[in-house]
Amino acid sequence: MQPSIAIAAPAAPRPVAAADPKVKSSIRNLNFYYGHLQALKNITMDIYEHAVTALIGPSGCGKSTLLRCFNRMHDLTPHTRYEGEIRLYPDDVNIVSPDVDPIEVRMRISMVFQKPNPFPKSIYENVAYGLRVRGIKSRSELDGRVEAALRGAALWEEVKDRLDEPGTALSGGQQQRLCIARALATDPEIILFDEPTSALDPIATASIEDLIISMSGNVTVVIVTHNMQQAARVSNYTAFMYLGELVEYGPTNELFTRPRQQRTSDYLTGRFG
Amino acid sequence: MPAKPEALEHHHIVRAFDEELARLTSTIVEMGGLAERQVADAMRALLEGDVELAARVIETDRQVDELEERIDQDAIKLLALRQPMAIDLRMIAMALKISNDLERISDYAVSIAKRSQRLAEHPVPKPLQQVAAIGHLSLGMVKDVLDAYVERDADKATAVWHRDKEVDRQYTSLFRELVTYMLEDPRTISTCIDLLFVAKNLERIADHATNIGEKIVYIIHGTEINRPRHEVE
Repeated sequence: MQPSIAIAAPAAPRPVAAADPKVKSSIRNLNFYYGHLQALKNITMDIYEHAVTALIGPSGCGKSTLLRCFNRMHDLTPHTRYEGEIRLYPDDVNIVSPDVDPIEVRMRISMVFQKPNPFPKSIYENVAYGLRVRGIKSRSELDGRVEAALRGAALWEEVKDRLDEPGTALSGGQQQRLCIARALATDPEIILFDEPTSALDPIATASIEDLIISMSGNVTVVIVTHNMQQAARVSNYTAFMYLGELVEYGPTNELFTRPRQQRTSDYLTGRFG
Repeated sequence: MPAKPEALEHHHIVRAFDEELARLTSTIVEMGGLAERQVADAMRALLEGDVELAARVIETDRQVDELEERIDQDAIKLLALRQPMAIDLRMIAMALKISNDLERISDYAVSIAKRSQRLAEHPVPKPLQQVAAIGHLSLGMVKDVLDAYVERDADKATAVWHRDKEVDRQYTSLFRELVTYMLEDPRTISTCIDLLFVAKNLERIADHATNIGEKIVYIIHGTEINRPRHEVE
């Protein structure tokens, strides 16, 4: 079978960050604690709509912790605590407030994880799952939205004739695109990616990167990656974090060619800090 | 000792990368040293009518070209294998451009050396001293900009950049004077034209030293001084 996107295929043009980008979400003075351990220290930054924002930094810097705040994943871990705000627009709701239902947040902000984790169900049901949870029962509506999501994840052509086969029978790269389709099916406003390609080979990685770039025209993307080149390739904005702090945040092009902070430069160039 | 950009005081975790960058830098310095000596020798050959020295300047061109080739290959290899970022990326990309400027400087020195061989057969025209003065300025700029490169000194590089105006001014003034000579005595036209070309070559050498100054500032600060001159003045 042909891979859907060969390395040689022209990459989707990276959307140019708008001159006056619209803010989709504002993080304000965000602190986060695992018990007594403070994992995020007074983070303040804006996430821009329909752009890709990459979070980079060494292990333990807080980038995944920050990402998980966005869909309240930490609520599942005991003794964790949020302080500060992550405001989501246009309705200006603080999504880390205890008054806000995490299920509501996750309806609007989906997540794709490091290892592809399709449900032990058919390809079709994997994508339809979130729609059924939202009470959509009409077969024709489900069919249409499953197809749209699979097309959005560049998987439709590869699976359209075997939608009843188990999702787990797909290759690693296809499974990850299935997870992206599942995330897209419910029309989220933001999609979070936590190291989405670290378990994939270079060709599958390239197809996921291409997908992230092309989907960012319609959805806001935040991605955590250990691979700096990946951040450079896919993102419009990059934030460098270190020891729970936001060290530097700016347009990707500027951050990678002329970082303003010494710690950013040392990290990017692989020098001893 | 001028302050280095801090990043360079830290070593890469991958030590081989440090060694490869150091080799690239030292090849640039070696190439710059050769080009600087070519300019100095070409001027001496001109002023002293030393055709053998001029021949040696012409001969050195091959070595300079070889070094440029080595820099190209080393830089391409570093880009492909190390995926450099930030100051490393700026250093490697600018090595490619600086080596090109040095190669041009070397070519202009060769051109001066060739003219000096022809001029050696004729009586020395009077404006030779003004040409020597321009040569002195241009050579000083090449020397200082190479020092700025070795020392990673952006202030020194910027100072060289500002000196280009004086070379341009002297060149324009010499141009007028040579035209006057040629009008007064058409028999001097041939030698005056040769001198004019020498002066033009020296003025171009200063331009390339200026370019290198801009690139040094970009390596160190990531900012450009490559703005239209009137914005700076």
